[in-house]
Amino acid sequence: MSDMDMEDDGSGIVKKFMFLNRKAPHGTVYALEGLEVVLITAAFDQDVSLVFTDDGVYQLMKGIDTKGIEVKDFSKTYRALDGYDIEKLYVDQTSLDARGLTEDDLIVDVSVLSDDEMKNLMDEQDVVISF
Amino acid sequence: MLHIVNKSATERSSLDSCLRLATKGSAVLLIEDAVYAATKGSSAAAKIQAAAAGLKIYALGPDLAARGMAGRVLDGVNVVDYGGFVELVAEHRNCQSWL
Amino acid sequence: MQFGILINEGPYNHQASDTAYLFARAAIEKGHTIPRVFFYHDGVNNSTRMGEPPQDDRNVTTRWSKLAEEHGIDLVVCVAAALRRGIKDELLAPGFRISGLGQLVEMGIQYDRLVTFGD
Repeated sequence: MSDMDMEDDGSGIVKKFMFLNRKAPHGTVYALEGLEVVLITAAFDQDVSLVFTDDGVYQLMKGIDTKGIEVKDFSKTYRALDGYDIEKLYVDQTSLDARGLTEDDLIVDVSVLSDDEMKNLMDEQDVVISF
Repeated sequence: MLHIVNKSATERSSLDSCLRLATKGSAVLLIEDAVYAATKGSSAAAKIQAAAAGLKIYALGPDLAARGMAGRVLDGVNVVDYGGFVELVAEHRNCQSWL
Repeated sequence: MQFGILINEGPYNHQASDTAYLFARAAIEKGHTIPRVFFYHDGVNNSTRMGEPPQDDRNVTTRWSKLAEEHGIDLVVCVAAALRRGIKDELLAPGFRISGLGQLVEMGIQYDRLVTFGD
């Protein structure tokens, strides 16, 4: 049985959910609203993988300061994800390289995957939702 | 796995990302503005033809027709209708929309 | 087979809702079921009955309402996304209801497939 504070659809089914973040933050709302779905899915006790690829890696930049554009800084939420039992965070090397970034530029610990590793991870999912 | 791409390859990078991360034997369905990539003479044509060696490439017929592109489809690209789209989703155990 | 559909863009600006509708209709014709469609991001704008497209254009919202009535589809609009965009219960077209993101997660858990339509 799930904990009392856990959402439960009653089925007891645990699926592999991948959230594929491919967009930069702030320019559009997808990164912020996508993160809300990730948090809810974890509350349903599903097997969640969170992937940042293409411009999605920009969501994880250290030193984000949104005061000047007067929008919410949700990048801090990524650092709280382990509190939601979301521990599988991935970025791909190709996307980092294409943006002149390394793991050290990111606010959270991530696993850096090659294209082949990313392909295999994606293939083994039950549900893939891209934002 | 079924990969769905809906944006023009000359406007967005989603087709490139899809082709980069699709495993051999996967299916790629081009819909909406992505169908231009599947037409003769487009800048993405070479990419699509190279990808067709390892992937099954499909394009949504009604989207091709709506864009005046029905007669320009590349060899090796399979044209499907919405029913074919449904069958592709049903046949593959998961799908990813490259938005 | 049971298909869930996620729509992330509003009507008219993007083709997403049109493609999703034609996909849903084709799926039903082939004997599949669409138990629920979930509207997220600007997709929540598909739900308002206040839209009045010109006579010679399709009415995206009405089309969803009709399909939902004929085939028992649950049209769910995300509450947080809706409130941000001024979509309230009293504005909803027939067949739509406002609920939480959990309804989207349930689609992923319970149905055979989840297909996303967006920008």
